[in-house]
Amino acid sequence: MHARADAADTAAESSTHWPDDIFATLQRFGVRQVPYVPDAGHSRLIESVLASSTMRGIPLTTEEEGVALLAGAWTGGQRGVLLMQSSGVGNCINMLSLIPILRFPFLTLVTMRGEWGEFNPWQVPMGSTTQGVFELSGVKVLRASNAAEVPAVLEAAAGQAYNALTPTAVLLSQRLIGAKVFTK
Amino acid sequence: MSKANLLDRRQVVSALLANRKDVVAIGGLGASTNDMCAAGDHARNFYLWGGMGGAAMIGLGIALAQPKLPVLVITGDGEMLMGLGSLATIGLQKPSNLSIAVLDNEAYGETGGQTSHTSAAADLVGVARACGIGDSRSVTTMAEVEAFAKAVHDVSAGPRFANVKIDSANLERILPSRDGTYILNRIRGDLGFQPI
Repeated sequence: MHARADAADTAAESSTHWPDDIFATLQRFGVRQVPYVPDAGHSRLIESVLASSTMRGIPLTTEEEGVALLAGAWTGGQRGVLLMQSSGVGNCINMLSLIPILRFPFLTLVTMRGEWGEFNPWQVPMGSTTQGVFELSGVKVLRASNAAEVPAVLEAAAGQAYNALTPTAVLLSQRLIGAKVFTK
Repeated sequence: MSKANLLDRRQVVSALLANRKDVVAIGGLGASTNDMCAAGDHARNFYLWGGMGGAAMIGLGIALAQPKLPVLVITGDGEMLMGLGSLATIGLQKPSNLSIAVLDNEAYGETGGQTSHTSAAADLVGVARACGIGDSRSVTTMAEVEAFAKAVHDVSAGPRFANVKIDSANLERILPSRDGTYILNRIRGDLGFQPI
């Protein structure tokens, strides 16, 4: 979890409403269960989910809980999406094995740390292996690096995850979210 | 090795599922999933052969999606210990149709009987209660098991948790299907959902 990022770069400043685009797409795809571990990059989307009458935001203690939850949600007839930060991807690894075994629709939206102007070296190792971990685990990776491409990337990701049962992670880049600098 | 005052796991699981009606049951990785099969295969049995620590969360996902259906997670102490945080997540969501029964033999029976944390220190009932699951019971008699089995059908008063002390006998394995997609889609089909 990191604090809310205010200093977005110029590309991101063109729109700060990309979380609303994500929310609209998730609504259109009928997503009902939204497990999450909080992250500043997801804060606006989480607020929308918690205020929604059709979605249920479910705070987790660790990200792997969300993978198992989505398996249960689908068993019970509901679609879900897991919101987390790149650090949390490592926490999920063994539980990701449920996805090819059970073949439930898996979509996760991951706010990236450890790249694009990162000031905290502790974020870099996991941020650097996030995409590789997903790919080794059989999860396709799409990336959004600026606000303008968020709607198209989300549409493609949700489409292939829910319609084609293709496990998909969308990496929301630190360039999009804005790198936070705590140092002077 | 079994102590006379501890319950037999197969009897416990049979009693939990004896009058199951529309219950969806999730069996945690290990002997619990075998016990569920030994009690009788059923279209609403979710057998886990992996994903250790995930049984309670799968139960939560089903319970939230199907709030009128009783959902019962049956798992072991080792599997529950790996997903302790999920008790906090469930305590926060408070799904009134979710019940969790832990078969506590104080050991990792599948891997050679190494003692688990519940043998000397960890109190799962205390953990569950402290996480906000108000109806958390320590169960040591078959009468208490039967009372819990009855309570499972009250989908308005959960979540509830029971830690059932069982003996550590290693029983003959009764193996359910290992095909995850078959298991999941069989439940979905029984609930009336079509394939994608």
